[in-house]
Amino acid sequence: MIGIITYGAGNIFSLTAALERLGIPYGMINNEEDFEQFDRYIIPGVGHAGAAMAKLEQTGLVPKIKALTKPTLGICVGMQLLTSHSEEGDSKLLDIFPINTLKFAASTEYKVPHTGWNRVYPEKENALFENIPDGSHFYFVHSYFIEYNIEYTLSSTTYNNKFSASIWRDNFYGVQFHPEKSGAYGETLLTNFSKL
Amino acid sequence: MLSKRIIPCLDVKDGRTVKGVNFVDLRDAGDPVELAWNYSRQGADELVFLDITATHERRKTMVELVKAVARQINIPFTIGGGINEIADADALLNAGADKISVNSAAVRNPALIDELAKAFGVQFVVIAVDTRVIANKNIVHLNGGRVPTEKETLDWILEAESRGAGEILLTSMDHDGTKGGFDNKLLKLVNDSVNIPVIASGGAGSVQDFVDVFEKSNVDAALAASVFHYGEILIPDLKRVLRQHNIEVREIAPPNPPR
Repeated sequence: MIGIITYGAGNIFSLTAALERLGIPYGMINNEEDFEQFDRYIIPGVGHAGAAMAKLEQTGLVPKIKALTKPTLGICVGMQLLTSHSEEGDSKLLDIFPINTLKFAASTEYKVPHTGWNRVYPEKENALFENIPDGSHFYFVHSYFIEYNIEYTLSSTTYNNKFSASIWRDNFYGVQFHPEKSGAYGETLLTNFSKL
Repeated sequence: MLSKRIIPCLDVKDGRTVKGVNFVDLRDAGDPVELAWNYSRQGADELVFLDITATHERRKTMVELVKAVARQINIPFTIGGGINEIADADALLNAGADKISVNSAAVRNPALIDELAKAFGVQFVVIAVDTRVIANKNIVHLNGGRVPTEKETLDWILEAESRGAGEILLTSMDHDGTKGGFDNKLLKLVNDSVNIPVIASGGAGSVQDFVDVFEKSNVDAALAASVFHYGEILIPDLKRVLRQHNIEVREIAPPNPPR
């Protein structure tokens, strides 16, 4: 069963609705004892990475999250929190991945936020992308991106630059796109995560 | 490469879709959730629900609609109509809306854009602009294009961007309902002036109109209502033609089997 780490950063109605449609059981994590009930975790998040990190720190769950050994998936800003630093608010983050979250350069050609469906290309073999063809479209909406890094990038997407659409290190995963809004392939990814 | 988005727009009143919809295989053409599901299956990239409920119960009916859509639909959607304050937006966000579209309230109180962007992030805030030409100038209009304002359209769009709009939904009232094509000239001018995505609206009548708007203005997305509702344009056909013109569009996955 998936435990969703709740810390007040963003709405999770669409995520829980997707899990319900897929028949994937889940529950909420509000304190340290709750972690034991689950065998995998999701860190959601939208909005400002610095503000989200401040809220996460207020919960007192940060040391526990950094020590997790079961599959853990950060979504959107929840993924950015896994990195060491964000240019958004010059924020120090969880540092589970020693890479940075950077701001897109806005222009009339490459609009920011990067909004809409873009192609995702796996860079490594991983069960998270099982049954999802290379180059499938996922839904993105973000102004900051995680730098491409050959060691941690699980899949990449190109906008005005190539960036990490997803990252992977040991039991930790992050996706920049919104699987709960990415049609059937997004649902496949959530199902894959529930079986990792 | 980022895909160009195709966005059907549904008008909703008291929780039911209005304006004619004649899909052959619908059990209930008035049910916004069934319609939304149908469009998502056809390959729509996003949906806009415009709530035209006039009663004082409107926030409650909007929230119920948003929840029902978010439960069933696996693509992003925007809700607009009568959003006047932070509390309206907050209720819709918590019900599962991906974005809100604000029109008149932002014109009357531009600081609302700053407040919304600060509270929810720019990615949540779509500013809808209805424009009509008066004496050779594009002028922002309210109330569905009936009431002119003092604002010139491009000036207002640039102000909205600087205040924190994450996207512009631009409807040409002169083109809307004509089925004579989008206002590509104005859309190009706007798209070349802002660093945020622009959704074209008003005037779609044929598949070629969509080809033209993407080729001539390079906007991120195109929105239409009646051509989709009446089945005059089917989204898979539209996307096939766009692809033939080397316009990047999303290919949809086969649906997952129901559990």
